[in-house]
Amino acid sequence: MHKRIFALAIAVTCAAASAPATAQDLQGRNLAASCAICHGTEGRIATKDSPLIPLAGLPRDHIATQMRAFRDGKRPATVMHQIAKGYTDPQIDAMAAWFAAQKR
Amino acid sequence: MKRRDFLKYAGAISLAGCATTPAKSRVVVIGGGFGGATAAKYIRLWNPAIDVVLVERESSFVSCPISNLVLSGDSNMREISHGYDGLARHGVQLVRDEAVAVDAAKKNVRLARGGDIAYERLIVSPGIDFNFGEIQGYEAAMQSGRVLHAWKAGPQTTALRQQLEQMNNGGVVVLSIPLAPYRCPPGPYERASMIAAYLKRAKPRAKLLVLDANPDVTSKPGLFKAAWKDLYAGILEYRGNARAVAVDAKTMTVKLEVDDVKGDVLNVVPPHRAGDIAVSAGLITHNDRWCDVDWRSMESKKVPGIHVLGDATLSAPGMPKSASMANNHAKIAAAAIIGALDGRGSGPDPKIINTCYSFVSQTEAIRVSSVHQWDADQGTLIAVKGSGGVSPARSEAEGTFAWHWARTIWADSLG
Repeated sequence: MHKRIFALAIAVTCAAASAPATAQDLQGRNLAASCAICHGTEGRIATKDSPLIPLAGLPRDHIATQMRAFRDGKRPATVMHQIAKGYTDPQIDAMAAWFAAQKR
Repeated sequence: MKRRDFLKYAGAISLAGCATTPAKSRVVVIGGGFGGATAAKYIRLWNPAIDVVLVERESSFVSCPISNLVLSGDSNMREISHGYDGLARHGVQLVRDEAVAVDAAKKNVRLARGGDIAYERLIVSPGIDFNFGEIQGYEAAMQSGRVLHAWKAGPQTTALRQQLEQMNNGGVVVLSIPLAPYRCPPGPYERASMIAAYLKRAKPRAKLLVLDANPDVTSKPGLFKAAWKDLYAGILEYRGNARAVAVDAKTMTVKLEVDDVKGDVLNVVPPHRAGDIAVSAGLITHNDRWCDVDWRSMESKKVPGIHVLGDATLSAPGMPKSASMANNHAKIAAAAIIGALDGRGSGPDPKIINTCYSFVSQTEAIRVSSVHQWDADQGTLIAVKGSGGVSPARSEAEGTFAWHWARTIWADSLG
């Protein structure tokens, strides 16, 4: 019990600027983290000349629309059509909102 | 080093914004591969109030992905090696040592060079070690330097490349593949392709004999076999159901269950299990080999407070032992551990993406992808129905993506 109170105290003292505030933020953050293996940490690609798209700071609607287009076979892709089929509309919206809120 | 000294040292190099807070939560991570490095980074990224200590015995990370291109001469060790300074910039405290024991009751990790590190949560991401005993004569043959596995990128990768370069035109390379599950399902077939590519270019009279303990190619079989037929006919010969039971370095022989095969270069990959520290920490749950976990948190099903990542886990159905998976296991663990320590929740049940590229020639690659989500009924992660798949055909475009995937996941895990 003491430990828990202490942990909370730390959380209050050291509340990180990037710490998600809501359950939807956590959902977006966690789902989006998986994309980082190709799209970079927080949607920022560190390497030069990458053909992969950095998602950080892109408009939320654009990301969501493109994900749905991949999923529904309206936009051709090498891999994204296969991955997008793994996500529901609310999950796509949560990821899109999270990426849109990241600094480029 | 006494524990007190260690803490002083750790405190001195702490870069955390809350360094003055007297006793912060500490997570210790054992192993700086794709799993451990990513976990250390993401805990700091998502909650810099938590201290993270990474225990890693090597001075740099050497990537298994792309290492088959070192064998073919299309990459080099420098290109696949990365320092840990990127993690230090995130405030991860690096301890170059080997973790030799875990006291889960006292929540302590014992280091080889002496001293303990206390943890609130422990992450064990040990990769694989080998069951050498399943192939008679293996350890002696390996110690002689004449038989290599090169299934952990590092000195054996360099040594195998040298053996391939020194072999005569007209020589025979033998690649022996263990029964699944093993690290990187398409890895042996990518290796076969890249060795064949090198032979075709540099030693056109040489042959590669692939001896697979599995009945057939275990990953992307159609795509690999099409590449072998189109590109390496007359160079690469594949045999399924060909399990190595013994090796002899003196006669350069691999003994199978039914016959013996001789070669000039013997690349024999023994069966795997979770890395040694998972064994000594009592984390093994299945077949004396793998560690079962709760996939919502990666916490060990056997030892509370310890999270196991990567190749060492008892794989969920249809989930490969891959770099992409280890990296994403780490993010599941990071979210769960932060949630447990700061009390602000860890988010919904996990959903993660796997993508594995394999080169089949200098420039062309093939790919397999899948999306895995928590299934409450089955109590594990399962592939989302209708998602995932493989490349329609090998292509240079996939080869370009493969390189950028590698560079991006290196940066996501270590940068």
